[in-house]
Amino acid sequence: MPVDIDIAYVARLARLGLSAEELAFYRDQLGVILEHAAKVQEVDTEGFEATAHPLGIVNQFRPDEIRPSLDRGEVLAAAPATDGVYFVVPPALEG
Amino acid sequence: MADLTIEAAGSALAKGELSATELLESVLTRASLTEADLHSFLTIDHEGAMAAATGSDERLRRGEPRGLLEGIPLAVKDNFCTRHLETTCGSQILAGYLPPYDATAVARLRDAGAVLVGKTNCDEFAMGSSTENSAFGPTRNPWNPERVPGGSSGGSAAAVAVGSVLGAFGSDTGGSIRQPAALCGVVGFKPTYGLISRYGLVAFASSLDQIGPFARTVADAVTLFEAVAGYDPLDATSYQGLVPNVRPTLGEGVSGLRVGIVRELGGEGYDAEVAAATSAMVDKLADEGAKVSEVSLPSFEVALSVYYLIAPAECSANLARFDGVRYGLRVPGETVEEMMARTRAEGFGPEVTRRILLGTYALSAGYYDAFYGKAQKVRSLLIAEMATVFEQADVLVSPTSPTTAFELGAKTQDPLAMYLSDVCTIPANLAGTPAISVPIGLDSGGLPIGFQVMAPALGEKVMFQTAAAVEALADFDARPAMAVSP
Repeated sequence: MPVDIDIAYVARLARLGLSAEELAFYRDQLGVILEHAAKVQEVDTEGFEATAHPLGIVNQFRPDEIRPSLDRGEVLAAAPATDGVYFVVPPALEG
Repeated sequence: MADLTIEAAGSALAKGELSATELLESVLTRASLTEADLHSFLTIDHEGAMAAATGSDERLRRGEPRGLLEGIPLAVKDNFCTRHLETTCGSQILAGYLPPYDATAVARLRDAGAVLVGKTNCDEFAMGSSTENSAFGPTRNPWNPERVPGGSSGGSAAAVAVGSVLGAFGSDTGGSIRQPAALCGVVGFKPTYGLISRYGLVAFASSLDQIGPFARTVADAVTLFEAVAGYDPLDATSYQGLVPNVRPTLGEGVSGLRVGIVRELGGEGYDAEVAAATSAMVDKLADEGAKVSEVSLPSFEVALSVYYLIAPAECSANLARFDGVRYGLRVPGETVEEMMARTRAEGFGPEVTRRILLGTYALSAGYYDAFYGKAQKVRSLLIAEMATVFEQADVLVSPTSPTTAFELGAKTQDPLAMYLSDVCTIPANLAGTPAISVPIGLDSGGLPIGFQVMAPALGEKVMFQTAAAVEALADFDARPAMAVSP
């Protein structure tokens, strides 16, 4: 059976402003894909931990050296709105 | 000249029989004749490429040391950041974006003397198996323009197949190098996780993404790999050990090698001609002295399900950065949340939207353990199964794709059917192991068939040794009609 999901809640979490029609479209498609993906739940994984790294490598270190970073002017040049020093966005809090 | 291998062109360039500018003009002519049918490039950088070729010719004149790829015209997929050269990832959300820096792989190619011709088309943010998800229109298959080139790195595969470049790079998260290589009749290689730095590769699914080359021969793929592989402090997942030295054993053949045929990668859903060509190649390997046996990896049956939980989950986190603040599209809104939601809804195409929603759901409170957490445990089981099988076999072989190139539009309305075209390639991404696709022939419709060789982690040496033997046995020298000179 296709998995039933609260698509409006998921879209809000993902910051995707979708129309009612789009939400219905994706809810149905995701339900079918998740039904297929749910096959993983039938596999016995007793004794297996979740994979953190495919080669099992942990804690890679490099020397803590000061090195040049990207030029601020060049970075800001790619942004939709800046004041020349910072990125500018609409208000994060209402009122 | 556009039909030269990297090896042959490099030799002619070094001897002065050919100049880098002549070679560049030759491939640009080929591109100008084929691009209207193919659309393999999103950007061709005529000016930058000519400057690089001229620089290479000057270095030869002055007798300066030559790089590994001196004067060789190449392309990279449009999800590689290129300094001051548009990088869109095939998405409207990044249309017009000019990165302030080069990806490490791009910087190493430039250092090796390569001539960067342009940026190749791809499925949006590398999500797809046909290059039909590009926001800027699909790439077509050079062997038959009614067919897809595969994906997501379809532009790179098609450009190499027709000789618009002598080699190219792509990224492979679930088969996005090997599957288009198979469908376009070229060699495509995904290295061990960590061997090529991903700094400056726009991230899709970080535990799976790898950069790798496309070339017309196995030896050329080795050269491209050698030019970019090796530790990079800018990528925290970069492998700190030595890169396997694969060249000395390239011509040694397969006598005595243990070759495992993967039982789960065949049967229902596989084209009869693909299956027959795969078996015929296995027989040839046995005739050459390989010890062939069938092996079973039951977890491969659920690898696709595991992948379609892990990859969207990681994609939903990685693509959070496209929010209308630092780069790309912004659609205005009253509040920052409204601005972000409108920007993302307008900027992302359907497949990317679908995967972000799927991944957000799989990571959300209450579902994490059942979907993402469980998928990562099954992934550990798959890695353990592969380790066991690699005690009995030096390499594993299979078709690269269950089918040859399908028609445009055939699978765009059915995401699951599209996902199934990656069924043979996904396990190597989940396990972080190297795998390569080598063309072995054409089906009765004149479409290429790819043969996959997989090896254990850091087993590039035996993988390339086998791939070179497969290449020699297949003796595949057909070219797409549109690649015929001039």
